[in-house]
Amino acid sequence: MAIIVDRNTVVLVQGITGREGSYHTEAMLRYGTRIVAGVTPGKGGTSVAGVPVYNTVDEAVRKHPEINTSIIFVPAQFAPDAFYEAVDAGIKTIVVITEGIPVHDEIKMIMYARAKGVTVVGPNCPGVISPGEKTKVGIMPERSFTPGSIGIVSRSGTLTYEISEAITRVGLGHSTVVGIGGDPVTGMDFIEVVEMFFKDPQTKGIIVIGEIGGDAEERLASYIRSTGLRKPIIAFIAGKTAPPGKRMGHAGAIITMGMGSAESKIRAFESIGIPVASTPMQIADLAAKVFKK
Amino acid sequence: MRLYEYEGKRIFSEYKIPVPRGGIASSLEEVEYRVREIGLPSVLKAQVLIGGRGKAGGIRIARSLEEAREIASRMFSEGVKNVPVRKILVEEAVNIVKEYYLSITIDRSARKYVYLASAEGGVDIEEIAARKPEAIIRIYIDPVIGLRSYHLRALADKLGMDQDSSKTLQNIAEALYKIMLSYDADLVEINPLALTDKGLIALDSKITLDDNALFRHKELAESLKSDPREFTEEEVIAREYGFSYVSLDGDIGVIGNGAGLTMASLDLVAHYGGKPANFLDIGGGARAERVKAALLLLLRDPRIKVVFINVYGGITRCDEVARGIVEALKESGIKKPLSVRLVGTREEEGRKILEENGISYFTSDEDAAKYAVELASRSR
Repeated sequence: MAIIVDRNTVVLVQGITGREGSYHTEAMLRYGTRIVAGVTPGKGGTSVAGVPVYNTVDEAVRKHPEINTSIIFVPAQFAPDAFYEAVDAGIKTIVVITEGIPVHDEIKMIMYARAKGVTVVGPNCPGVISPGEKTKVGIMPERSFTPGSIGIVSRSGTLTYEISEAITRVGLGHSTVVGIGGDPVTGMDFIEVVEMFFKDPQTKGIIVIGEIGGDAEERLASYIRSTGLRKPIIAFIAGKTAPPGKRMGHAGAIITMGMGSAESKIRAFESIGIPVASTPMQIADLAAKVFKK
Repeated sequence: MRLYEYEGKRIFSEYKIPVPRGGIASSLEEVEYRVREIGLPSVLKAQVLIGGRGKAGGIRIARSLEEAREIASRMFSEGVKNVPVRKILVEEAVNIVKEYYLSITIDRSARKYVYLASAEGGVDIEEIAARKPEAIIRIYIDPVIGLRSYHLRALADKLGMDQDSSKTLQNIAEALYKIMLSYDADLVEINPLALTDKGLIALDSKITLDDNALFRHKELAESLKSDPREFTEEEVIAREYGFSYVSLDGDIGVIGNGAGLTMASLDLVAHYGGKPANFLDIGGGARAERVKAALLLLLRDPRIKVVFINVYGGITRCDEVARGIVEALKESGIKKPLSVRLVGTREEEGRKILEENGISYFTSDEDAAKYAVELASRSR
């Protein structure tokens, strides 16, 4: 088993004819992902890497009723529309790769999706990969991932690849790796993903990759404090040297209102017995120690 | 993007939020004109985008025209906390009975709008939050139903407002919500919201806009070009080429791809006892040209002794990165030691380009960081 995406995942690619959309459609197909349709308004009737393109999501879903997941590569200005179109067509899992969507749009998108029971990964994220299921709904380089039993949930893209590869190097593999995205507002948060990993029999250990800004890490810690640690977790927090008030790349990576510093996140994890690695390499050593027991 | 106080107050006025009578001035003559127009005493407020402006002498009361001239000339010539002052807001002085705090922002984890309010305004809200969290009132607005009158009534009730003020407060709060939505703001804040003998008045304004939504606000995006506000020259260049840059106070320049990896690279430098001079994330899928612009920026920075480049190519291609590095070194007359770590998409091609140009590289980021710190300590 795996979480969010697996062998039964059947994918629609929105924005399939764009530079990113077409490149990653090919990469996902190569990996083994079942992509059956794409959408780009005005490009209906064409195809990308053998995948038929439709003008609307509705049309794609009527022709391919087995679609249950969509991945969105549509530019920020048009991404909210694409997203609502997917929700209204009844697609139950939506991965939003697009970076730079205005936050006012994001909160509406996510609240609307939640009301309709839709799972949203992202926006501004690398997606989800379940190596044992040969399914990737995202943009991550495959070389970093191997089938195994470690679940990873992360706010950062590149750091996820880095740490995933280190995990492979110490002889461990991944059940599912979820990039929830670096924006202030995201569809899934740490708590939801960790809860899914707790329930997933394949996942034996969990790695949480956090960063400065917001309080998602602190909230995860207090959630675990109240419900108990049901599987071993280790963590890494990026941004120990970041000064307050400065936005470090990600819209979400900023320490404001005295909230969201690396120290407060590290303290929150360590106070409930979750070890926090001080370098990306150290997390691999820590993983070897904690998860191989 | 942060707006100046006077820009925020202009918006407040449009939305019928009471503000003190006042006017903006960009020269001594204009300050005098404004003081005559408004009358004495006047409050002179330096228009700078920094916190703690009052304590740093950026807000002063003038009781005579001479005093106004003296204060203004000092503000214009010395700035506030080393930030140059280009404009001064001249306002009437008001009699304050009580100060409140009122703002609207986005609660990230709730994914909702939230009003933050306090009957203990005027001071640093972060201070209240730390000292007396229960003194902060929070009213959440679900974007699905939007602002409702019960939200506003609850706000006034919890602040303990009397009948008259309650009505004004509800109007002000409603206006804040409208401003929040129509300007794509992250934060719309009034601190202090003063109860005066003439009722409630917004004595200050703080509005920050979501940079991602600037495409919907062309006129504001334009104004950024003529006035870069809090952006340094480096940040302006970074915006142009599409990478993000933040200046820090060390001597090791850091370039990474992806915000998380770049932050982790800074942490690695610090971990080995070095001091990062900056945060520079070249972003996803950077082409050679962007990498070159980024490296040139660090090469010409005299504070920087060594540059540590940490790239894990996913969507970013190592050969593009390598080409950018080589081009920057060729174009820049300034030689500085580099410590490069390059892995990921097209790494073979990338390394070949580096080798052909006599640049060595690491595959482990820890080794590369350690080497950068060592180089920096040698050149100190």
